[in-house]
Amino acid sequence: MKSTRTAQGQERLQHGAAATPRQAPTFFQLIPPNPGIDFIKLSPKMAIASTILVLLSFSSLFYRGGLNYGIDFAGGTMVEVRFPQAVAVGDVRAALEQPDIREATVQDIGGGSNDFQIRVQAGETEMGSAVADAVKRGLQAKFGEGSFDVLRVEAVGPKVGKELWRQALLAVLASTVVMGIYIWIKFNLAFGIGAAVALLHDVLITVGALLVFNMEFDLTTVAALLTVVGFSVNDTVIISDRIRESRIRMRKEPLETVMNVAINETLSRTIINSGTAILVTAALYALGGPVIHSFAFALLVGFIIGTYSSIFVATPIVLAVERRTARR
Amino acid sequence: MGSLGSRGIAFLALLVASLVVVLPTFVDVPSWWPWRQPVRLGLDLRGGTYLLYQVEVEQAVDNTVERRARDLESELRSGNVGAFTVDRVGREIHVRLAAKDRRADARRLVEERFPDLVVAESAGADGADLTLRLSEREVATVRDGAVAQAVEIMRNRIDQFGVAEPTLQTQGQDEIVVQLPGIQDPQRAKDLIGRTALLEFKLLAEGPQAGTVQSPGPGIQVLFGEGGGGGRTQYLVERRAIMTGDVITDASVRPGGVGEGYAVDFTLDSRGARLFGDATTQHVRRQLAIVLDGYVQSAPEIREPITGGQGQITGRFRIEEAQDLANVLRHGALPAPLKLLEERTVGPSLGKDSIRQGSISFVVGSILIIVFMLVYYRGGGLIADLALLLNVLLILGAFAAFGFTLTLPGIAGIVLTVGMAVDANVLILERVREELRAGKGARAAIDAGYDRAWTAILDSNVTTFLSGVILFQFGSGPVRGFAVTLCLGILTTLLTAVFATRVVYDWRLANRRLATVSV
Repeated sequence: MKSTRTAQGQERLQHGAAATPRQAPTFFQLIPPNPGIDFIKLSPKMAIASTILVLLSFSSLFYRGGLNYGIDFAGGTMVEVRFPQAVAVGDVRAALEQPDIREATVQDIGGGSNDFQIRVQAGETEMGSAVADAVKRGLQAKFGEGSFDVLRVEAVGPKVGKELWRQALLAVLASTVVMGIYIWIKFNLAFGIGAAVALLHDVLITVGALLVFNMEFDLTTVAALLTVVGFSVNDTVIISDRIRESRIRMRKEPLETVMNVAINETLSRTIINSGTAILVTAALYALGGPVIHSFAFALLVGFIIGTYSSIFVATPIVLAVERRTARR
Repeated sequence: MGSLGSRGIAFLALLVASLVVVLPTFVDVPSWWPWRQPVRLGLDLRGGTYLLYQVEVEQAVDNTVERRARDLESELRSGNVGAFTVDRVGREIHVRLAAKDRRADARRLVEERFPDLVVAESAGADGADLTLRLSEREVATVRDGAVAQAVEIMRNRIDQFGVAEPTLQTQGQDEIVVQLPGIQDPQRAKDLIGRTALLEFKLLAEGPQAGTVQSPGPGIQVLFGEGGGGGRTQYLVERRAIMTGDVITDASVRPGGVGEGYAVDFTLDSRGARLFGDATTQHVRRQLAIVLDGYVQSAPEIREPITGGQGQITGRFRIEEAQDLANVLRHGALPAPLKLLEERTVGPSLGKDSIRQGSISFVVGSILIIVFMLVYYRGGGLIADLALLLNVLLILGAFAAFGFTLTLPGIAGIVLTVGMAVDANVLILERVREELRAGKGARAAIDAGYDRAWTAILDSNVTTFLSGVILFQFGSGPVRGFAVTLCLGILTTLLTAVFATRVVYDWRLANRRLATVSV
């Protein structure tokens, strides 16, 4: 860069080691290099916001009476069909009124009255693929052979669903603990606790958002949650790394100041990195199609919450834990 | 870290190798092209059927106990132990001897001939009983063997069914995953794969001891089967089978008489031929039921002894039915019944939709990132963008070269990698900016930027990698595809966003006395 204009406003949060540049270059930037925001002072207010969001997640769980489980977890049968021309939902429902099919729900997916998702709850004994065949037969009888395309069929026994759900829960919890331990080893216990709490916070709120927007919860959604965990901890690591580095540099300053400096210094990177990740997930959400809709949604929400929690959840907890141990 | 030249050549070689293996996926390559295999697509993209079966291994154990009981019965008969009865009660074999003093003889015979049976010392026995169990080790062998044998038999059946690139894998203790690309109507495939195909030859019960359908006599069972006029009827047959389908060496389809559909001819091995010959000689004029999976296909009268080791099953089969029956008879019965736990079918149109939508979101996401980096970091952004392109190429290259399966979540994983890969560059470039602001020269700023960003980059990528590994452990099918892409993306990101970009900077700094750096 050839600009000779001196940078202004970056000395607001000046610290000892940084030398004042004689001829500071300027860059194209969205966030000034040192915005000097007192994040730690803001954190109690944000803690209230976080608590409200987590409570909201739990209350929506009760309000909805459980997650909107996909076939993977609920068990049962799902058949998706596509008609070349628009078909009334009522006609599809009527075609499914058969003794072999109990409680079929029909949903118009895509909104064009062409694609329909038919779901039948899992029975105690009968295998879902027999139900899928009954659905196909029913539609053939009503609309004629070859009058529709079968997009997909999924049939999962109820026992399998429960087992998968147990594994999913275990995987999410395990990843949270593993991340906490990794950070504990690389940094210290306080950082480990901060990261683990932040991750739980992210997962809870993301699940809450899935509930509020009635998004389907299936295996790919769990994959999204695990990715959110990975992404969020990534962000936490970057900030923690800076705190550790600045602490050595600013030995005489209190931890709050060190943290504020670290967060401010990495803020530009945090915003840009989360911004690019959110940009691509938004593309996935808008353009990726119905199969990965809830997956992309969970990523989108999780990335936003994950970015926020690194600053406003993980770091204040580290501060609280460190203070407590220092007092002893 | 090698010299600048060798690092540059290494990356160039990677670039060329990736291009070579990725190109066949997108264009028709000339015949001399060294790589032909395109990237393998998952069932969710190419369409097909995924079936998850559970082998009912406990049933295999029960069957083994039953078989041992029958073998023991015939061994004891030829041994010198007097009169006796052999019964199976659950997993136990009860031998009741008429003479107490023969118990030691019988016990010795069991220990010599049946090393996998253990004698349970039954309390309160009157001294003429023996209670036998299958040894723990044998039970474990039967369980494992049943799964392995089921996979083998299913593979043979599928191979003859004519599916391109089917895959069969065991999963966990007793589960088998079957993937059939391109099969949209899995009904016939399911019937074929999941069929136990246990063929038994049993005599129809005769005389007063046969009893009635309501109350069959001892050793007699009631089975459904084909009736005379094409309907279903019930048969009274002897519980004991003369022989089972494991003695069949070959089976083929033959047209039956007018209006009779197709029939299946079978050939027996020497043991089977002897058993069949003896039985048909002893029981001329009686009816022999041919029972397939507990259903009587036909019950012809034995007109004369059949000693040639050949036979026929008639049952008004359609041609496909007859073909599938011949197929399963050739490859033997499954050692235990299969239970279908999951079925997932993706039609070709949804697969095409998914590929299109996945590609569009990839292109749009990539363009957004590339433009953003270019605008925000100028020269540094351009280098990061080039690294990003190399990154995607390397991921696809790894997919093609190592035969990983690309799924829709896998495509999402690549899109996500594009969004997250630039993080390493952002970290470095932000650091370089800081150093420049602090008044350092171009060379020193770049060195310091890379050095100081490295720990943060490494730690943050290790954590994401860990979550990918957990995801891989947990998931199956498409989710695994996502986990693979995520982990692969991290490795290629470190390679390209950190090391490859460094090569470019080093090269530029070495060639010119670069006073400024565009970030």
